[in-house]
Amino acid sequence: MLLTGIAAAFFYMFAFIAVASSVMVVVARNPVHSVLYLILTFFNASALFVLTGAEFLGMILLAVYVGAVAVLFLFVVMMLEVNRVTFRKGIAEYAPIGVLVGVVIAAQLLIVVVGQSLAIEPSGTPALPTPDPAARPNTAALGDILYTDYVYFFQIAGLVLLVAMIGAIVLTLRDPRPHIKRQNIGEQVARDPEKAVELVDVESGKGL
Amino acid sequence: MTAQELAQSLVIAAPELLIAIGAMALLMVGVFVRKESANAIVTSLTVALLVAALGWMVFFAPMGPAFGGAYVHDAFTFFMKMLVLIGSIVALVMSVGFAREEKFDRFEFPILIALSTLGMMLMVSADNLLSLYMALELQSLALYVIAAINRDSARSTEAGLKYFVLGALSSGMMLYGISLIYGFTGHIGFDEIAAAVTGGERSIGVLFGLVFLLTGLAFKISAVPFHMWTPDVYEGAPTPVTAFFAAAPKMAAMAMLVRVVMDAFQPVTADWQQIIVFISIASMVLGAFAAIGQRNIKRLMAYSSIGHMGYALVGLAAGTVAGVQGVMLYMAIYLAMTLGTFAFILAMRRKDEGNVEQISDLAGYASNNPLMAAILTALMFSLAGIPPLAGFWGKWYVFLAAVEAGLWPLAIIGVLSSVVGAYYYLRIVKIMWFDDAEGRFVAPAGELRLVMGASGVFVLAYIVFGGPIAAYAEAAARTFF
Repeated sequence: MLLTGIAAAFFYMFAFIAVASSVMVVVARNPVHSVLYLILTFFNASALFVLTGAEFLGMILLAVYVGAVAVLFLFVVMMLEVNRVTFRKGIAEYAPIGVLVGVVIAAQLLIVVVGQSLAIEPSGTPALPTPDPAARPNTAALGDILYTDYVYFFQIAGLVLLVAMIGAIVLTLRDPRPHIKRQNIGEQVARDPEKAVELVDVESGKGL
Repeated sequence: MTAQELAQSLVIAAPELLIAIGAMALLMVGVFVRKESANAIVTSLTVALLVAALGWMVFFAPMGPAFGGAYVHDAFTFFMKMLVLIGSIVALVMSVGFAREEKFDRFEFPILIALSTLGMMLMVSADNLLSLYMALELQSLALYVIAAINRDSARSTEAGLKYFVLGALSSGMMLYGISLIYGFTGHIGFDEIAAAVTGGERSIGVLFGLVFLLTGLAFKISAVPFHMWTPDVYEGAPTPVTAFFAAAPKMAAMAMLVRVVMDAFQPVTADWQQIIVFISIASMVLGAFAAIGQRNIKRLMAYSSIGHMGYALVGLAAGTVAGVQGVMLYMAIYLAMTLGTFAFILAMRRKDEGNVEQISDLAGYASNNPLMAAILTALMFSLAGIPPLAGFWGKWYVFLAAVEAGLWPLAIIGVLSSVVGAYYYLRIVKIMWFDDAEGRFVAPAGELRLVMGASGVFVLAYIVFGGPIAAYAEAAARTFF
């Protein structure tokens, strides 16, 4: 099924911006700009999902990748202060592998396209045919079962995340941390002038 | 799922629900009590929680499927969950003194044990591939953290990292296998998969999936050739953690393996039988030979546990009622012997140098504390499989099942490797009774003496009360047929 009319126009626009900005991710001189281009790529990919009727996937992509992953990247890039020259030195070295991966992906895409144009039907019948996205929005389809039929798995997933959280805290939090100064009100109130103030005779012409 | 079905499911899964809610409540307790006493308070409350879950399961919990076929509680899961809970409770009790002495008294430790126990119980009860995988991840993730809990020790951190990386690899392989099985049968429920492969009609894709799934499961029970992590993790982790690793997770993973092959893949027995036979032989032989050169008693126990998993798999390879019964009894007996031995290892403390782990440190122990030495001797004879102790009966059941199923070579190799294995168990006995004493251990704590005493009584008296256990295990094994 090919897109037509205005949908096709939007598809080409989003697709073009996605490709262009992902090229910019690699070639941008400033790493912060790279991350910003990456976020632009994610937005366009998300728009492409919405165009195909997968609105839930599109929104999740934004929430997870833009909301969490890209912001994390941005933090890391800003904190590490990556040296621009050394950052770009690897490009020539890794180019052959990149080209190889690109060729493989292109070949796979070609196989899919050729296969579809030759109308090779997948063998067997699908266990559960996909309903028409227009008639059944996939957010509603997920919502129907996630908290009912799949509530058991949903709850276990919650527990797994709880364990991950406890684990991260157990393995990293050091207490008491020496570099953190905490307020101790009792100590502050108990101070008196004798302990807090020190009177020193300073000889003229000399420092302390 | 209607509200009524959900209510019924929650009643069936009440013990797990109790642990899940209790663990979250205990997190709050740990935050609000004083820091110095947090570990002691939360540990005792966690033990109480697990005992309550065990009591609830024994006296109240009804049996049956729940959550739309994702979960099942029957006689088999009852038996294995009881072993899991006993293993966790005893390991936790044994950790109290060690945590105090070695200063790893963080209150998250008992809570992580409780959450991984929850994962193990869900693993045992899993009745489709999705719930199996999620429960496994819950259990493993908690175990990775527990292995590295003594984060100031480089070896503990290394153990945690190694376990995590290899565990993630095995989870990935298992998930790939699950996806292949789902793709080629169209189902994730064990009964539906069994229906889809009935009469031995299975595509090559299902076979591939089965191999990957068994690979992941073999990693979890540390069967050869997926055992490489075991000695390092056992040696590096703090000793109470090692005791826990050697006990409860093995029960859960073995129960899961039994359910997968006996429930979902029973129609294609010939396909998985050859895999189980191979890993069983490899584990028995490696467990017997690799342990000979060990100097550290925790590493020795790691190889010993690899070997014992091999023996338990002999029963599974038979694929009969007697075989499953043998696996269940073997695991129960292994649990008792392992916990007793680790109680002893935890009691190996010197006044000036703290806990020691070398086998040579045991020299002349019998002249200092003959009663303890006698109990350890009984445990070692039992681990070696010498009649009339419990370990012998475990091997008796699995080898008998293998012979009845016509797997003569497997039983013969098993008997031969247990003769080789007897060497290193008896060496400990020899060092203890006949070598010259090098120093004294401090008197063991009360809870360690209790565990050792109970384990010793179990091993010695199994011949008296083993009959009813065997009868129950046989009835439970029939749930698969």
